[in-house]
Amino acid sequence: MNLAGVAWKELSHRRSSLVSGLVAITLGIAVIVGVRSVTVASEHAVAVKLDSLGANVLVLPQGATVDDYHTADIDAPTFPEEYVERMVTSALLGVENISPKLTRRLKVEGTPLVLTGILPDSEVASKPTWQLEGLEGATVEHVCSGKLGAHADPRLQRKVIDVLGEDECILGYEAAHRLNKREGDTIEVEGVKLTVNTVLSATGTVDDDRLFMHLHAMQEMLGIGAQVSAIEVMGCCEQISEGLLSKLRNVLPDTRVTGIAQIVSTQIETNRLMDKISWGILVIVLLVGGLSIGNYMWGNVTQRRREIGILRMLGARRARIIGLLLAKAIVLGIVGGLLGYALGTLVVTIMGPDTLGLQVRALPGWLGGSVLLAVTVAVLGSLLPAWLASRFDPSANMQEI
Amino acid sequence: MLLTTENLGKRYERRGVAVDALRAVDLEIEERAFVAVTGPSGSGKTTLLLTLAGLLKPTAGRIRFRDKQLEGFSDAQWASFRHANLGFVMQNFSLVPYLSARENVTLPLAIAGSKGAAQKKRATELLERVGLGDRASHLPRELSAGQQQRVAIARALANEPALVLADEPTGNLDPALATDVLDLLRSLNEESGTAILMVTHSPEAARAGTHRVHIEDGLVVDASLQPA
Repeated sequence: MNLAGVAWKELSHRRSSLVSGLVAITLGIAVIVGVRSVTVASEHAVAVKLDSLGANVLVLPQGATVDDYHTADIDAPTFPEEYVERMVTSALLGVENISPKLTRRLKVEGTPLVLTGILPDSEVASKPTWQLEGLEGATVEHVCSGKLGAHADPRLQRKVIDVLGEDECILGYEAAHRLNKREGDTIEVEGVKLTVNTVLSATGTVDDDRLFMHLHAMQEMLGIGAQVSAIEVMGCCEQISEGLLSKLRNVLPDTRVTGIAQIVSTQIETNRLMDKISWGILVIVLLVGGLSIGNYMWGNVTQRRREIGILRMLGARRARIIGLLLAKAIVLGIVGGLLGYALGTLVVTIMGPDTLGLQVRALPGWLGGSVLLAVTVAVLGSLLPAWLASRFDPSANMQEI
Repeated sequence: MLLTTENLGKRYERRGVAVDALRAVDLEIEERAFVAVTGPSGSGKTTLLLTLAGLLKPTAGRIRFRDKQLEGFSDAQWASFRHANLGFVMQNFSLVPYLSARENVTLPLAIAGSKGAAQKKRATELLERVGLGDRASHLPRELSAGQQQRVAIARALANEPALVLADEPTGNLDPALATDVLDLLRSLNEESGTAILMVTHSPEAARAGTHRVHIEDGLVVDASLQPA
């Protein structure tokens, strides 16, 4: 037996009083783990929602108006397609995909339409309706957080269109309806014959009136050279918050770079608020948990005054007494940290979907942190009681009758 | 000489009033002696014992143990000294309630950091020596008062101390058990040569000692320390 063994025996002997010591630390850790899990789930949920909007950064010529994000490319002046290369070579972090576009209003077979040229190997099948049309292609590599590869969450996976030939087009729902065209039909646009590859379902947006064709075919058709009217960029929300837009402006100084500012700022504010709440709770837990543990330990050392006197009488130095009591605090911290992690995770994963509308997942990486935090709080809270216990007058034990 | 005191004094301040618990006590305790310190309640017997163990700081005088002067020791030095040289037997037995008899006996060895197997062997030997070999795994509350005091005696011997300090070791025992405990102390003194300084107010218990000191009002009134 060693003094740690003595601490363990004492813990087993006074299990009922141990419960009160454990409750404070377990609840504290449970709250921290719970809030942190909800924060991460919330960030993830907002990221999914934001991503469902597709491209979230738009690069336009300097003179373009951006009153409506989704129609800003229509009738916009043009700028060189070479800007795409500039963006690619500048290796900006957080750029998932780049889609150049050329847009013009034209009459096709007597019907006014919005003609949009896209590059099939970079145009993102970002809009939910597009993905339902079977426009499957290569998966976009997810570069957010510096991790390459497909997104683990299938809702966040993106495909690029690689099925649109230079003599093909995709028709929006309204455009197809007004032209009375179906898949496989032929359309003549400015003297160029195009086969309808796909007819999109109704989206309720300007896309319903669009005719999408190959960008380079459109440039040749209009005779305007390698010009585009907009570049859509899928940027990671995290990097947008860290200044991706201004970095893009630096790379392309004579353009107008805009994001879905409102959505992005709401996301950033929500995340920052949750982060602040997490830190606030952490501070409260440190204070309340430390005081609770200190209070419990003081009660415990008072109860053990006689035992401590016995150990001092037998030759234990003050440092050993402090060590003995801190060993108990460490055991409390380990058990409290494990229980708190389990409780916090269990509560938010069970209650998350119903009460918060969030699918909250366990954060395994927080298990070690929870134990470490609980041990730190328990040890800090126990330092003063342990020091005071080491100053107990051992003769009080011997004089007791 | 095992232990010597010169002009040992201890003054308390109680509610602003100075109380002299020990006044210029001169003692000489030989190796292997069994000294019974007697005196009425409040005479300073226990104060003397606590002061000799470094559990109370003397306010005057000197204490010498073999070739060491003790009165200037730090708290840590006193702790090491107690651990290396002293054993304790208390009236209230001073056993840790949640440790078994064997574990209580191993406490001084645990403090010394000796290995588990050696601790167990030594504790088992000592418990057998005090007649409790079959009660090693019992908790103190599962033992009678006499048995608990035997465990305390076994613990006092764990580190093979030169001196055992016993404070009213029979105070909580009925006469028959008291005789048993005194016989045990006497035989340990005779067989192992451990010196014993026993404080008691009982004249019957005092007769177990080979030497006697009588204290009244903090003063040694019979310091002859002649064999009883």
